[in-house]
Amino acid sequence: MEVTAPTHLRPNRSRSTRFSGWAVCAVITALLISLPVVVVLAHVFYPSGEVWKHLAETVLADYVANSLLLMLGVAVGTAIGGIGCAWLISMTDFPGRRVFEWALLLPMAMPAYIIAYTYTGLLDFAGPVQTALRELMDWKWGDYWFPDVRSLGGAVIMMSLVLFPYVYLMTRAAFLNQSICVLDVSRTLGNGPWRTFFSVGLPLARPAIVAGLSLALMETLADYGTVQYFGVATFTTGIFRTWYGLDNAAAASQLAALLMMFVFVLLVLEAYSRRQARFHHTSQRHQDIQRYVLKGWKSLGAFLFCFLAVVLGFLLPAGQLGYWSVLVAETQIDGSFLALLGNSLKLAGLTSVLAVILALFLGYSRRLHQTKPLLASVRLAGMGYAVPGTVIAIGVIIPFAWFDNTLDGWAREMLGTSTGLLLSGTIFALVFAYLVRFLAVSLQAVNAGLDRIKPSIDEAGRSLGYGPLGVVRRLHIPLLSGSLLTAVLLVFVDVLKELPATLILRPFDYNTLAVRAYEMASDERLAEAGPASLAIVAAGIVPVVLLSRSIARTRREKT
Amino acid sequence: MKFKAKSRNALVLSAVLALGFATTAAQAAEVNVYSARKEALIKPLLDKFTAETGVAVNLVTGKADALLKRLTSEGANSPADLLITTDAGRLHRAKEAGVTQPMTSEALAASVPVQYRDTENHWVGLSLRARPIMYVKGKVNPSELSTYEDLADPKWKGRICIRSSGNIYNQSLVASLIASNGAEGVEKWAKDFVGNFARPPKGGDRDQIKGAAAGQCDIAIANTYYLAGMLTSKDEAQKAAAQKVAVFWPNQNGRGAHVNVSGAALTKSSKNTKEAVSLVEFLVKADSQKWYAEVNGEYPVLEGVGVSSTLAEWGTFKADTLNLSKLGELNGEALMLMDRAGWK
Repeated sequence: MEVTAPTHLRPNRSRSTRFSGWAVCAVITALLISLPVVVVLAHVFYPSGEVWKHLAETVLADYVANSLLLMLGVAVGTAIGGIGCAWLISMTDFPGRRVFEWALLLPMAMPAYIIAYTYTGLLDFAGPVQTALRELMDWKWGDYWFPDVRSLGGAVIMMSLVLFPYVYLMTRAAFLNQSICVLDVSRTLGNGPWRTFFSVGLPLARPAIVAGLSLALMETLADYGTVQYFGVATFTTGIFRTWYGLDNAAAASQLAALLMMFVFVLLVLEAYSRRQARFHHTSQRHQDIQRYVLKGWKSLGAFLFCFLAVVLGFLLPAGQLGYWSVLVAETQIDGSFLALLGNSLKLAGLTSVLAVILALFLGYSRRLHQTKPLLASVRLAGMGYAVPGTVIAIGVIIPFAWFDNTLDGWAREMLGTSTGLLLSGTIFALVFAYLVRFLAVSLQAVNAGLDRIKPSIDEAGRSLGYGPLGVVRRLHIPLLSGSLLTAVLLVFVDVLKELPATLILRPFDYNTLAVRAYEMASDERLAEAGPASLAIVAAGIVPVVLLSRSIARTRREKT
Repeated sequence: MKFKAKSRNALVLSAVLALGFATTAAQAAEVNVYSARKEALIKPLLDKFTAETGVAVNLVTGKADALLKRLTSEGANSPADLLITTDAGRLHRAKEAGVTQPMTSEALAASVPVQYRDTENHWVGLSLRARPIMYVKGKVNPSELSTYEDLADPKWKGRICIRSSGNIYNQSLVASLIASNGAEGVEKWAKDFVGNFARPPKGGDRDQIKGAAAGQCDIAIANTYYLAGMLTSKDEAQKAAAQKVAVFWPNQNGRGAHVNVSGAALTKSSKNTKEAVSLVEFLVKADSQKWYAEVNGEYPVLEGVGVSSTLAEWGTFKADTLNLSKLGELNGEALMLMDRAGWK
């Protein structure tokens, strides 16, 4: 492992002007992807009148405070869960480790709003747990204290439970990829496991940890389903109330702009943490890690830590969904159910492949041409992840409809024929929206992978006469295969769970599992939402398990 | 290389898919519907219409505001013929946005009462959704209850469950109060009313009923079809909870209980006007009206149509005769008033 100097201190490597066309392409692509976000933010310049004043006087402080607390809570929760599990799984040995290795990824398949429904069903005042308690102890309302699931704290726990795998995934990959010699050096210096963790493992994994955390936090900021159901007033619920309830798009986009500032700060922090030093391997030599074998209470502690994460984040809610599904199976599972599954899988498959191609293109451009406009536009393209799906959908509808109607007007005038709506209401518009929303995920994974490849490899490749594409194909893709697969699978699972954009943009008579689950749940028919929710989770398990296996394999191949 | 082959396939696949959907051509005799009513609560009726008339119905469901945004952005080229929403406020907003047109139908004018349709027939109510007071049997004597206004009385301190002010049904309820009592009085009422909440608002209407049944509060405000849904639920716990509460129809000596409609508006861009209007006529036929009551516990907009046995048990009631366009006009004012009153 080598820690190279910050980029601005390195001698400027010669950039051939031959590829400025490539850079322009990358900037245009990145800007196209940012278009929906920009369209929505452009509403900022419309006057919002008295509404903004009203918001500032009444509810804005709540939005800011709750959004910040939520982010803080989820950051702590996912960091403890994600880093803790990653270290235990990659550096120690205890009973069940091999199962936990992949099982810890399962909560990823569970959408946050669905886990929120299931825990509310279980732990609410009127739910089975509290009812049983009351019957057992002969208590009534007010006689005892019980934590309220539907609260800010509850939202933090729900989101931490399903988002910690992002941190786990990225951090574990980093631990596994750390040159073994660094850890060995720590050991030969007489450092114990705790010290090695804090002084070597953790600092070196920092870029990966920050990447995982920023994904989790952006997802947190974009969440609408959970906070809305829990009655926690955040930016997202505020945007909806203002846009729809007050019918004031300008004030709503001003809220959205404020939200984007949060994201921007987050991204700057992330960039800053990477800027200090670049993390590359000097040695591609890996060997099996000599694990710390845990014994006695330590082994039990490690087991319980991972066990709780899997049970609370996956098994318990999945069990509740299973129970609900059995209740309603005969009325809910029919021929149309398979069509839903097919549509969900098709959309997820198509988007995830496109997203990784785009991410590779942008990530590589960023690496090759570190110019300000390019870096800025790529960063902007990744911001969609923190924007609620509905806001993105609106940002897609407006320019697409404008394009269609303009083209139609032109065709009518020049050709005397109508082209109608070419893009609006098609799968194309929907997949585009997914790309806007989820490009950040594939970009993070690809960039994290690219950052671990020494720049000298590029230079060696270029000096051998490879063009930029040649470097990608012959050198990077083999080295990156793990990251690319991660990118594909993460986006796949995310699209599977996506709801608001799907709801608004899909073509006529085109439903997905998430749409079905939402329609039932929003009518407060939670049990009827069971089968579709369970199918989302089940369809998400396959890629999640693949993901885990690929990481384990990457590790083995390198030894 | 494996990766390359895969990505190439995906590109081809995506191009084929995009083309396939982009070129889906309009066919004869069809109606395109943007519906905020959930698929399960409208599709069976649409299928029946297709079976009877041979007119195909294409459906997209979604949230009303987003569908409206899609409709306005698509403009004159929008494929939609009908916009179906679950509240009158959104229908009014569609009309204000200039994306609707009048329906000329004698059948509609003759059957649907005037307060449940637009003054110029841009939209027509399809079913009624009532929002009465529900109380826990044995804990509240119905004689203690009278009006929505009375719920601000200190005797209800810590006894009321109601969902958040972000919910459209609460916004409509407050809008109807403003229409009847004026904003100033309602603001004072809202402050006292919020002071009587048993807990900060959270969850949906069913959760309020469950909270009341579990002893957290004595009164819940919820739409009747949620209670009906719980009573016919397969989940025994829900059923048991629902059986603990009873319905009280407020303001019966005054303007009547608050109602809203789910309704349909004819779009300005409609290319299948005749079929679209005939679908709306079909949706307010006596048979269809019965279906809403049986499947989703809603009340018919048509007078003299029977209701399900569950609904019949709650008795008949006098509904507020306020023209429902008013709810749309006052929605923003209602929401800001609720913000100021601290209604979360």
